[in-house]
Amino acid sequence: MANETDNAATPNSDFQKGQIERAKVEAVNKAAGRSLYAPRKKIHPQRANGKFRTIKWFMMLFTLSIYYLTPWIRWDRGEGIPDQAILIDIVGRRFYFFFIEIWPQEVYYVTGLMIMGGIALFLVTSTAGRMWCGYSCPQTIWTDLFLVVERFFEGERNARLKLDKARWSFDKLFKRVAKHTVWILIALLTGGAWVFYFSDAPTLLNQLVHNTASFDAYLWIGLFSSFTYVFGGIAREQVCTYMCPWPRIQAVMMDEESLAVMYRHDRGEPRGPHKKNETWDNRGDCVQCRQCIVVCPMGIDIRDGLQLECIQCSLCIDACNNVMEKVGRPQGLIAYDSLKNFERRKKGEENRFRIIRPRTIIYSALLMIVSVFMLYTLMNRSELDVNILRDRNPLFVQLSSGNIRNGYTFKIMNKSTSIQKYSISAAGINNIDVRIDGVKEYTENGDPIVSVERDKLKSIKLYISAPRSELPADSKDITFTVKDIESETVDIQTTSFRGPKT
Amino acid sequence: MSEKELDNVTGVETTGHEWDGIKELNNPMPRWWIYTFIVCCIWGFIYQFLYPSWPLINDYYKGYFNETQRDIIGAELKAIARDRSVFTERIKDADLVTIRNDNSMFEFAQAGGKAAFGDNCAPCHGTGAAGFVGYPNLNDDEWIWGGSLDEIHYTISFGVRGVHEDTRLNDMPAFLRDELLTKQEIDDVTTYVQSLSDRTITSNTAAQELYIDNCSTCHGEDGKGLREFGAPDLTDAISLYVTDRDSIIDIISYSRGGVMPTWRGRLDEATIKSLAIYVHTLGGGE
Repeated sequence: MANETDNAATPNSDFQKGQIERAKVEAVNKAAGRSLYAPRKKIHPQRANGKFRTIKWFMMLFTLSIYYLTPWIRWDRGEGIPDQAILIDIVGRRFYFFFIEIWPQEVYYVTGLMIMGGIALFLVTSTAGRMWCGYSCPQTIWTDLFLVVERFFEGERNARLKLDKARWSFDKLFKRVAKHTVWILIALLTGGAWVFYFSDAPTLLNQLVHNTASFDAYLWIGLFSSFTYVFGGIAREQVCTYMCPWPRIQAVMMDEESLAVMYRHDRGEPRGPHKKNETWDNRGDCVQCRQCIVVCPMGIDIRDGLQLECIQCSLCIDACNNVMEKVGRPQGLIAYDSLKNFERRKKGEENRFRIIRPRTIIYSALLMIVSVFMLYTLMNRSELDVNILRDRNPLFVQLSSGNIRNGYTFKIMNKSTSIQKYSISAAGINNIDVRIDGVKEYTENGDPIVSVERDKLKSIKLYISAPRSELPADSKDITFTVKDIESETVDIQTTSFRGPKT
Repeated sequence: MSEKELDNVTGVETTGHEWDGIKELNNPMPRWWIYTFIVCCIWGFIYQFLYPSWPLINDYYKGYFNETQRDIIGAELKAIARDRSVFTERIKDADLVTIRNDNSMFEFAQAGGKAAFGDNCAPCHGTGAAGFVGYPNLNDDEWIWGGSLDEIHYTISFGVRGVHEDTRLNDMPAFLRDELLTKQEIDDVTTYVQSLSDRTITSNTAAQELYIDNCSTCHGEDGKGLREFGAPDLTDAISLYVTDRDSIIDIISYSRGGVMPTWRGRLDEATIKSLAIYVHTLGGGE
């Protein structure tokens, strides 16, 4: 069991009066003695100030804006089709993404997007570590947001620690209730925004205001709100450490040249408190102020080295840089660095940042290949899709004239935005008779014409009869050409025409 | 054991249990696991109270909700019938051509007809309606009683040689058994009948006269059959029975005729109409 109070490593003598703030803490999740069975200890990160904190505020603003505003972007697609730029229409079985409209059978586009996302994540990780975790993961963003609320009501780290230990009083109750109320409100807004991606946003908002939305909407809002509240407010670092698989996977993406937030132990050690005007000779730059521990949202000590728990949010860099500035030492005791640079410094070489390496080149190349392939398929995406099902029961029908008839079911998908006419012709067997019930229009060549409404699938039964003499074997190939009369888009499919065994 | 004993390697307390020198470490279950387990146990009791659970001597405990799967299925079936009634009512009252031309009714009748066909007609006509020897193929363009929507509907409603007084009825004489023709004459007529559909076979005028005297009343002088009598076309490539010479002699000598049940009364009108629509669209509808 780790002690709450200081152990021998932090004797009271360390806390001299000085210009830098010192904390009397051990990392909650310190590397030594880490146990899977240990009960969770609450982490109260202090707010950091600096370059990276500013970047993170902007990232928060940016990502939250994307999340909340996207469903409200409109995109005109014509009458009767949703005008929401990004819409996952489960009931209508369509996925709208600006100019792209994806049918369920084209879900491989979504798969492609996910593969691209995966490779991009690999690329970023091998280049600069867990950028995703530290800056843009929703878990990080919302935890940050919830921390802002917590800090607003309960004060900074020390006040919060005190409040935790304090007996229940009206003040404590008020602070806690206020905090959780605002958390729940944020959670509800988060869950509430999520459903707008799945339904027309203005309509749904109107329904929600008048309490007439469908049960599903409330269910999903409830589900996502509670997950937001639990993950962002209560579970926090536990999600990253125990639930998320990415911290475990990321280790294999990184090599000795990958950038990561690191404590430069070669410069920092031996660590120890430093009095003003004391010499810096024969000692490290780390003044044992523990500000890096205090600001860490994951409760670790970055000085223990690269750790699974570290989401590389860079807040310890900010904290350390401020201290280094005050004690008059160069910044960057904790910085983005690579393992290789430690070796280079040992040999007396300069720091180098090798971003272009075989690993990053391979990931970039893969990303390019997948992107180009996706773009190509998307550009060449046909607005006509035909599936032909041959009748199997019966395989063929003998007619009174002695001719053989085969039946085919055509499933013609019109993915365009207007009603289209298609001509159907068959080739491969001579003297055939093509019949579709209910067809009134024919082309100049006598091919039947069928029309399919926009954005619809039409099922058509087609009968082909041929004289027995045209069928020397019991099966012969037949090729159907379905042509969009207006755009001349063509879908050609070959299937078989069957007759009795000869 | 009253004293606590720590394991040297792990530093974990032991339970004091020992087997052949091996001691058990006291690693308790994770707290969350215990809580989940307790919640599950409590839920188990609540569930037993709410739903049927315990066998009694003559009965069983029906649960607070008194729920049975049988009732749920019954209610669901009723709900389905109620949903369908929108279409079934319309189909029942509409005439067949109207149904055929109305997209929504047609699709419903088509799907319903297919299901009803599988349940009621497939045993004789086959699941693909291709028929068997003696059971007509409904896909082709040969109809003994007519292939229009109304004729098909009539045949399904009243059957062939069925129990209804309006049933389709054709009765070919058994020429040999009833001593209408001699064996030799039957042999000659058979040759003539075969020559109707097979140009390679030649017959003589005596046989033709026998045909005209005995068969043409129903099958027509040209052999193309007459639907009002349910007499099949003898000239085309389709035959209800096997067409070798012996079989034809057998049919002429002893007659043949299958039976199709009268469906009116067994199936409701909407289903019969759906069946007529379905059979009509199999490819041979007129």
